[in-house]
Amino acid sequence: MDALDLARWQFGITTVYHYFFVPITIGLSLLVAVMQTRWLQTRDPGWLRLTKFFGKLFAINFALGLVTGIVQEFQFGMNWSDYSRFVGDIFGAPLAIEALLAFFLESTFLGLWLFGWGRIPEKLHLAAIWLVHLGTVLSAYFILTANSFMQHPVGYHINPQTGRAELTDFLAVLTNKVQLVAFPHVLAAAWMTGAAFVLAFCLWHLWRSTDRTPAADKPMYRKGAKLGAWALLVAGLAVTVTGDLQGKVMTDVQPMKMAAAEGLYEDVPEGVGAPFSIITVGTLDGREEIWAVTVPKLLSYLATGSMEGAVEGINHIQERYELTYAGSELTESEDYRPVIPVTYWSFRIMIGLGMAAMAVAAGALWVLRGRGSEHDETRMVGSRLWGWAAAVVLFMPLLANSFGWIFTEMGRQPWLVMGLMTTRTGVSPGTTGAEVLTSMTVFTLLYGALAVVEVGLTLRYGRAGAEPVAEDLSLDPADRTDDDAFVFTY
Amino acid sequence: MELTTIWFVLIAVLWIGYFVLEGFDFGVGTLLPVLGRNEGAGGATGETRRRQMLGAIGPFWDGNEVWLLTAGGATFAAFPHWYATLFSGFYLPLLLILVALICRGIGLEYRGKVDSAAWRRRMDVMIVGGSVVPAFLWGVAFTNIVRGVPIDADMEYVGGFWNLLGPAALLGGLVTLTLFLTHGAFFVALKTDGRLRHDARALALRLGLVGAVLAVVWLWVVHASTGTPLSWALAGAGALALVGGLVAGRGGREGWAFTGTFVAIALATASLFVALFPDVMPSSLDPAWSLTTENAASSQKTLGIMTVVAAVFTPLVLAYQSWSYWTFRRRISGHHIPTDVHPAAATDETVARDDGAVSTR
Repeated sequence: MDALDLARWQFGITTVYHYFFVPITIGLSLLVAVMQTRWLQTRDPGWLRLTKFFGKLFAINFALGLVTGIVQEFQFGMNWSDYSRFVGDIFGAPLAIEALLAFFLESTFLGLWLFGWGRIPEKLHLAAIWLVHLGTVLSAYFILTANSFMQHPVGYHINPQTGRAELTDFLAVLTNKVQLVAFPHVLAAAWMTGAAFVLAFCLWHLWRSTDRTPAADKPMYRKGAKLGAWALLVAGLAVTVTGDLQGKVMTDVQPMKMAAAEGLYEDVPEGVGAPFSIITVGTLDGREEIWAVTVPKLLSYLATGSMEGAVEGINHIQERYELTYAGSELTESEDYRPVIPVTYWSFRIMIGLGMAAMAVAAGALWVLRGRGSEHDETRMVGSRLWGWAAAVVLFMPLLANSFGWIFTEMGRQPWLVMGLMTTRTGVSPGTTGAEVLTSMTVFTLLYGALAVVEVGLTLRYGRAGAEPVAEDLSLDPADRTDDDAFVFTY
Repeated sequence: MELTTIWFVLIAVLWIGYFVLEGFDFGVGTLLPVLGRNEGAGGATGETRRRQMLGAIGPFWDGNEVWLLTAGGATFAAFPHWYATLFSGFYLPLLLILVALICRGIGLEYRGKVDSAAWRRRMDVMIVGGSVVPAFLWGVAFTNIVRGVPIDADMEYVGGFWNLLGPAALLGGLVTLTLFLTHGAFFVALKTDGRLRHDARALALRLGLVGAVLAVVWLWVVHASTGTPLSWALAGAGALALVGGLVAGRGGREGWAFTGTFVAIALATASLFVALFPDVMPSSLDPAWSLTTENAASSQKTLGIMTVVAAVFTPLVLAYQSWSYWTFRRRISGHHIPTDVHPAAATDETVARDDGAVSTR
């Protein structure tokens, strides 16, 4: 492997890892904010306990998202300096705005929320967690603005003197049509992940015997599970709708990616209707199939919105691109096809896991129906099915997010910026393979060790459950004196 | 003023903000084992003192670090070549800084999550190491940037790793480290109470003397080669502010002492940027190959848009960050540190210590 391959692997490893914590953070901050709002509305101690329980788990996950995010801010310059030089004029702006608008908001108000229990007025404290969530949403918007430029560059021209891309229309960059469908899709997928996190831990406590999770706590977890399940279903619906819209935009601006999602090699003309295979057994890249479950005309619908719309195949697009992009160092490539097995399978795994999570949520709502008699509260105890459901539902949207990004970014290859610059030409020319190997090894080992610690702490706090709240403990600063110990400090 | 100049100034302001803010939390992190010792019979335990120190930076350190991320993002947006050359060129030192910042953040956030002495020791190592390394390396990096490094005609750094560790650069590292330690010790003196406050102040005075001597030598070395009258004046004013801070500290006026180190770090950093201008990364091979505010910059369009964004949102950020400092302005005493243990953090040690009665708050 040379410096280019290593830099790509490093970017993939660090980014996929970072992105485990991003959707959890975006989603969980919303769910915690909702729980805390319910607590102030109803004064039901159950909501306060859930707020603190998931607040702790949120903080554990936020920490890793934060520290691994620092790497992302610098990695473009470290490993992709020619890319940074080429698009910095456009790509740097949303990154800087993200830091200024989103990171300051998240970090300052998370500090206020974590350390503010009992030290700032209750309503201000509630506002702090909502502002943390707002920060995560803004962060998603601006980083997706930057990413959408890579999928579909708009609002720029190439300066003939410098050969670099320069901004001509910032509004066009901010409202890139890829961005307009990707942002709601990514945001809803993150909410789904946070909702699944809440659902999973609440289901698990409903499933546990009453020796371990007191019977008196079951109604609280039932409330939490219902909140998580409803949120998951609503967010899942939004993911489905926006994902469908994305398919049309993708066909328009990145037809190769759409064709690669199905492994469609030959054109399907208007009026025929291209099928979509749910699952294929055959060669990995879908060239020859032995056995497959296919839905007729579905690919045409996904790609064009019409059952019989024409879909361009991989081979034809390859020929077209060879003619269009030959002759320039920045855009020339032997092969304009992404790695088909990766795009084919990641696309299916993404959709499958998302659907499965929604099925679990719907099932949970069915089992938890009713008004909450004692029978309802203990219906899940010891059930093998629900024990498994609790364990796997946590990972379904989480991994669906990962595979979605793997599809999006691997499907963009060999382009770094679609139609303008291949990945090969963006790498830092002065950075040696030994340097990148060093950093990749260091990050991989460090991230691996931190994953063990993080998962250990998440399970530890998840297993302990929502801590009881003392009757006499007021969280209103007016009821507390300067001599009282803090509710929370490091 | 030219937009490129405005952005050079704004990036200088972001680095100044980063050093004056994160500087003290680097200092506090590094001094954890030094100031966090048992007071002996009847006094606070080392653990209580460490928690007072960590509690003092707890709500702020993350927000302080965002100044670095914003400086990085702003450099990318305004001077893409500066961003590309600096971060790809200083690859391994930057890797060390990133690893340190990762360890430090995790140490701070996870330290209190398990009630075990061994766990806390491990997290303390991460906090201390994660604070020392960047506090030192930022000085190394900035000395190199200002004095110039081998940059070729294609704006690529060609100097290798060891070239960055010359004597002046290592001295620069010691200067930022000692200044941040002094700054951090004054912060502890300002934000805590009890014997810790007085120990921190006494330590700050000793560290400050060392820092002042090193800083004067270093500023002399840097400005002798690249200085302008303004950069000399700023460096001189910075040195005076440091001395003023130490005098105030001797007189027991912690607020003024902290202000002194705050202003000293700000002025010293400002003097570096003034000495740098109009270059952003001078080449030691050929001045014609230097990166400047002109040849490294983005288009006028991007700079114009970013100026509007910065003008609107920077005051807002300053307002709420200041408000956060105001909200947590109270000194932290030993009795503020909660003694109860979260049920999930409890271990055998907790049970043994509390004789089986784990508090349930």
